[in-house]
Amino acid sequence: MNRLHMFKSNGAKAGGIIVLLFVCIGIFAPWLAPSDPLQIHMEHKLSMPSWEYPLGTDHLGRCVLSRLVYGTRTSLYYSLMVLAAVFSISIPVGLLAGYVGGIVDHLIMRVIDILLAFPSLILSLAVTAVLGPSMKNLLISFAVVWWAGYARVIRSMVLQIKESDYIMAAKAGGATHLQIILRHILLNAARPILVLASIEIGTIMLSIAGLSFLGLGAQPPTPEWGVMLNDSRPYIQTEPRLLLYPGLAIMLSVLGFNLLGEGLRKPGQKEEL
Amino acid sequence: MGLNIILRYLLQRLMQIIPVLLGISCITFGLMHLTPGDPAEIMLRADGIKPTLEATRAARHALGLDGPIHMQFVHWLYRVFHLDLGKSYRSGLPVWEELMSRFPATVLLSGSSLLTAILIALPLGIGSALYPGSLLDRLGRACALFSVSMPGYWLGLLLIYYGAVKLKWFPMMGMEGWSSVILPACTLGFGMAGIYIRLIRTSLLEVLGKLYIKAARAKGLREWQVISGHALRNALLPSLTLLGIHTGGLLGGSVIVESIFSWPGIGRYAVEAIFAKDYTVIQGYVLIMAVAVVLINVAVDLLHQLLNPRIRLR
Repeated sequence: MNRLHMFKSNGAKAGGIIVLLFVCIGIFAPWLAPSDPLQIHMEHKLSMPSWEYPLGTDHLGRCVLSRLVYGTRTSLYYSLMVLAAVFSISIPVGLLAGYVGGIVDHLIMRVIDILLAFPSLILSLAVTAVLGPSMKNLLISFAVVWWAGYARVIRSMVLQIKESDYIMAAKAGGATHLQIILRHILLNAARPILVLASIEIGTIMLSIAGLSFLGLGAQPPTPEWGVMLNDSRPYIQTEPRLLLYPGLAIMLSVLGFNLLGEGLRKPGQKEEL
Repeated sequence: MGLNIILRYLLQRLMQIIPVLLGISCITFGLMHLTPGDPAEIMLRADGIKPTLEATRAARHALGLDGPIHMQFVHWLYRVFHLDLGKSYRSGLPVWEELMSRFPATVLLSGSSLLTAILIALPLGIGSALYPGSLLDRLGRACALFSVSMPGYWLGLLLIYYGAVKLKWFPMMGMEGWSSVILPACTLGFGMAGIYIRLIRTSLLEVLGKLYIKAARAKGLREWQVISGHALRNALLPSLTLLGIHTGGLLGGSVIVESIFSWPGIGRYAVEAIFAKDYTVIQGYVLIMAVAVVLINVAVDLLHQLLNPRIRLR
């Protein structure tokens, strides 16, 4: 697959641009935000857009635009952390189950079956409930619950790769198990895993913002889109614009990642996925 | 296909889920033991009793929390089998009854959301498969993309704003009268519709290329007969499986949507329990939901076998 080929479709291009834009906003948040996202100005509360506050202020007089900009950072950072945590469990487990096979595979798959029997959000909620609501605990609860589904996908990738001729050749050449796993299987599974990650990150962002919206993730006054949306709920009748911005930010970023993920998958689908 | 074979298949599947159910109960039981604080003490405080050493010991005995952990598990499992999930710390009422009293509201919402999803997805999915590249196909694709990217909690708030605040057609929240179910059902239904649109489109396109469709056409059947009688029957099977999975998830109560619309269902109750640290309720909720999902999956598998003549029951 040509590296540039995957950006052929317009959808993927649009998705790539949106994602790049959000990533830039996240990285350069301190330079882009017009004011401090945490600074409370009760005298300016719920004010309309102005030169000082381009998108107006919220119920505590904080600059909405600055909170949105910093919220990008929060969302992207935690989504990547969840992704990293989930994959750091699911990749070794999937490799182990797929490569070793036999009783190990059987046991791992039973555990995965059990975890997948729980509706994923519900088990995450329960773990968050036990640990107490905070962003760190949300991260733990996602990692503990969500690795199972990915491990199953990675296992089936490994099973497929294991049967290929070059693995046989590597074995015949006297490669050790570790060499085969790291150099041949993991390297060949890397691209499908990346595609999987880019498809899934949208879902992760939605879930993080959703639980923060419920009050079980990021805690106020953290600038986070879900928290902002929840803050705007009491003002739905008087200041509906407050619920417009964070929702739009969540939708656009998720849309970008979904478009990108689909674009990445399509050309590769014929060969690998 | 004889009734005998179906029963045997059902029995086989039920045997298979026993280890899964056992695992589920282990996890749910273990969850309680991770909770900070002593449940016996929390319960005493909730009842307004001073947790003296003796009172705590008695309460622990009553809760089956004395003795080695495996015996506690056995006791707990025994009580679960008798539908005794303990009492809510907050209200002191049996958890099973509390959950069941909120179940009808959740079932009503789940049913209407699935109906909404199907009403959106069926015409768009079928239309876009029959006329690929058409305006309908593009509409279907856009709808599917927005459906998976739109945060349900935001859509819910927007619907409240337009439907309840501006137009005043629907009540803002709660469950009063038939019109109150429309906004939450649309929120949940639209969120699910996207996957169905895509699934129906791809599976119908795939089926339409099959030889038996060619045979049906060659037989001289009208096009609508080919589509409805031969193509759709096969193309909708994957959606049925997904429908089963969604039903399981929905019965857990859409935690977020029920919270937004103050829907008196099981999901909102669970969220309230989480904030109140009502651990017995959380435990009961997680257990019931997981078991329900497992059982629904068995039911869907069975339905799948019955409807698809080409899958032979082993």
